[in-house]
Amino acid sequence: MFTRRTFDVVVVGAGVVGAACAFYTSRSGLCVAVVDRGPVAGGTTGAGEGNLLVSDKQPGPELDLALLSTRLWRELAEEFPATFEYEAKGGLVVAAQQDGLAALRTFAATQAAAGVQCEDVPHLADVEPHLAPGLAGGVRYPQDAQVQPALAAAHLLRASGARLLLGEEVIGVLRTTDGAVRGVRTPRGDLLAPAVVNAAGTWGGQVAELAGTSLPVLPRRGFVLVTEPLPRVVRHKVYAADYVADVASGSAALQTSAVVEGTAAGPVLIGASRERVGFDRSLSTEVLGKLARQAQELFPVLRGVRVMRTYHGFRPYLPDHHPAIGADGRVPGLWHACGHEGAGVGLAPATGALIADGLAGSGGRLDRRAVDVRAFRPGRFGSGPPQPGRADAGAWPSAPGPTDRPPA
Amino acid sequence: MPTSPSEEQGPYDLAVVGAGPAGLAAAVTAARLGLHVALVDAASRVGGQFYRQPAAGLHARRPEALHHSWSAFARRAAQLDVHTAAGRIRHLAEHHVWAVTGEAGQWAVHAARGPDGSGETVVVRARKVLLATGAYERQLPFPGWTLPGVVGADGAQALLKGALVLPGRRVVVAGSGPLLLAVAGSLAAAGATVPVVVEASGYGGYARRPGVLAANPGKLAEGAVHAAALVRHGIRVRNRSAVTDVHGTTRVEAVTVTRLDEEWRAVPGTGVRIPCDVLAVGHGLLPQVELATGVGCATRRTPDGAHALVVDARQRTTVPGLWSAGETGGVGGAALAFLEGELAARDIGRSGEGAASLARRRDRLRHFGEAMAAAHAPGPAWPEWLRDDTEVCRCEEVTASRVREAVNDLGARDARTVKLLTRAGMGWCQGRMCGPAVACLAGATASPDRRPLACPVALGALAELSDG
Repeated sequence: MFTRRTFDVVVVGAGVVGAACAFYTSRSGLCVAVVDRGPVAGGTTGAGEGNLLVSDKQPGPELDLALLSTRLWRELAEEFPATFEYEAKGGLVVAAQQDGLAALRTFAATQAAAGVQCEDVPHLADVEPHLAPGLAGGVRYPQDAQVQPALAAAHLLRASGARLLLGEEVIGVLRTTDGAVRGVRTPRGDLLAPAVVNAAGTWGGQVAELAGTSLPVLPRRGFVLVTEPLPRVVRHKVYAADYVADVASGSAALQTSAVVEGTAAGPVLIGASRERVGFDRSLSTEVLGKLARQAQELFPVLRGVRVMRTYHGFRPYLPDHHPAIGADGRVPGLWHACGHEGAGVGLAPATGALIADGLAGSGGRLDRRAVDVRAFRPGRFGSGPPQPGRADAGAWPSAPGPTDRPPA
Repeated sequence: MPTSPSEEQGPYDLAVVGAGPAGLAAAVTAARLGLHVALVDAASRVGGQFYRQPAAGLHARRPEALHHSWSAFARRAAQLDVHTAAGRIRHLAEHHVWAVTGEAGQWAVHAARGPDGSGETVVVRARKVLLATGAYERQLPFPGWTLPGVVGADGAQALLKGALVLPGRRVVVAGSGPLLLAVAGSLAAAGATVPVVVEASGYGGYARRPGVLAANPGKLAEGAVHAAALVRHGIRVRNRSAVTDVHGTTRVEAVTVTRLDEEWRAVPGTGVRIPCDVLAVGHGLLPQVELATGVGCATRRTPDGAHALVVDARQRTTVPGLWSAGETGGVGGAALAFLEGELAARDIGRSGEGAASLARRRDRLRHFGEAMAAAHAPGPAWPEWLRDDTEVCRCEEVTASRVREAVNDLGARDARTVKLLTRAGMGWCQGRMCGPAVACLAGATASPDRRPLACPVALGALAELSDG
């Protein structure tokens, strides 16, 4: 049956970013539909660890966005207690050598000036008793936290009251004769709305293309190892100082820097590798080996622990590592909320709030001065054809592997 | 543990994964054709699940007493010894394969060593790989199935064959599929009382395909052997019935057996209470295909809703350089597995002699396997047996009502999303027990198993993998 349904806003993508957009936009009084070709959290959200990190961001617009998001996640956790495993566990960045520690402290000082809480930890054993002895020291970031991303997406969508259309793929973006967006087309019919939000994550470039514009989103693969359930041996999100450099790197080559953390359910999660290999879903034993080695260097106690499973996800990567948030500027009525790379879960609420703010006005709720949104302007990459080769496009993983949490 | 990952001397011409009937037949055939073979298997002795041998320490004098067609196995096991002694086959026992990577001509079979796979991990390099990883038992949840004393039918059989131990004195055998008859017969022969075999389907499905039966006189004879054993021990078979409740506080004391309609819906008012101390239950076998799906092999749906590997007439999978034999290509029994293993090895060793007649026998047995699968396919109404508080995923203790909430309220449409939202399938068994049930409750057809790690591996062992 071909139907015609009318809304104020159609959000494309039922991941955590789409869910946050729907949540805040509905809350602003608009009538919202969320459409996704898969289930809730079927893409990168369902493959993420749920990191809410400020510790890995250097001062600048993305850190400001993360700080705003941190506040919003805390509010959401209070509003929806015990629904998506919010845990303000804090992050701990460690350095093996004295010179690395000096660099880490310098970095932390610049973050502190930008509003990040940082605590120097001279005796690591006091806060993480199972860390390898002999590490030079570290910095604790109390604002780092964690959610279970699929639960977060599902509960935000439910709370939004938005119309949820799952298993329905957007095959076209409808436009008026003067080029403005007027809705989307799916095999089941048209969803009419004067505003369409592209929250399709790693597949955001394809939605942009359907709308006649471009956004150079590329996949950046990450693997996660999941151990057998353990009593709490890891208390924080713990990672080595190299991680920050890896996150910021633009290289296509493999980078690994283990991020180790315990979960409420018991298993220890070990991320995070980064490599640009398109949508290659094959297992890389090289990556598994490196992650395991680094995790074991941080926590020798994990040596005899069994790894139960591994999974991978594809982070939506934009060339300058910043997400695209806001009106497209080239196609009236088209908005983007994608390209968050490994920080989509962390940045989701701030992204959703900014989108809602743009679509409906925040009513004074959001302090717009807190974030300089110009850095996230979707048109900043020019209007040329999308960068990714066709081999990258169209490869939607119809049945992603047995995954539970996403790569950072 | 060594400081660098071990490399089993190689590359081999062929790595065979699994030393059950299919893998064993393939290994000895390939060795006879002059190939250098690695036979990689998790168990300490060859035979797989079907020809599970008593642990050496038990000094069983007549292991064949618990098996039929033992001679077909014993002959190949003897050949294996000869080829092993001559250096043509290297039998890597207690090697748990957790992944196969690479491509035709240069496969890497990664295996964790030790009785439980907790040791170091080694790489077996080979030009060609045959996957003969067999099958595991399908479990469907029902009220009371987590009570101590409820065991897998296949598990009860394995315990008996491998450890010469009976799971209890009075054992109700239930579920669906021909394995139940074999299990009941073995248990009774070993001294247990089996008050009833409860079969959710019937055997009418076979009768409707007389051609398949007529073409498989061996299978008729096998059935007759089982039937005779049941008669000899006075065991009744109740068709179109299921155990819908288990009674007992700390362990099984009795079960309720209820009649089912065509769709496996319990018929109200037909429950009968049957005292027992053990319930052995299983709903057929599911091909173990995750190593194959990990490298991209295509799968097909079998008539009972399982996923088996697509193989051609020469036992080739859809991935070049990778063969499959036995239950991985669809459940069909040991006789079929022997044939397929031999056919695969002949293709790998490029020997066509006599293959046509083997292939004809293979095709007949394959048809029989498919007919069996169709006859015992779970009926669509079985989820109605579940109460809200029935655990569907026993590893993570996820109840039916939580799975239904994820589907009805939170936007799950498949087993993967249910897992993300409830943890169903994240525990020790990695969804092997609950996967089919969860997919069914989500209103989805189960996807082919994908487990990038086919079994757990020690972190320290992964850490010793080299970069390449």
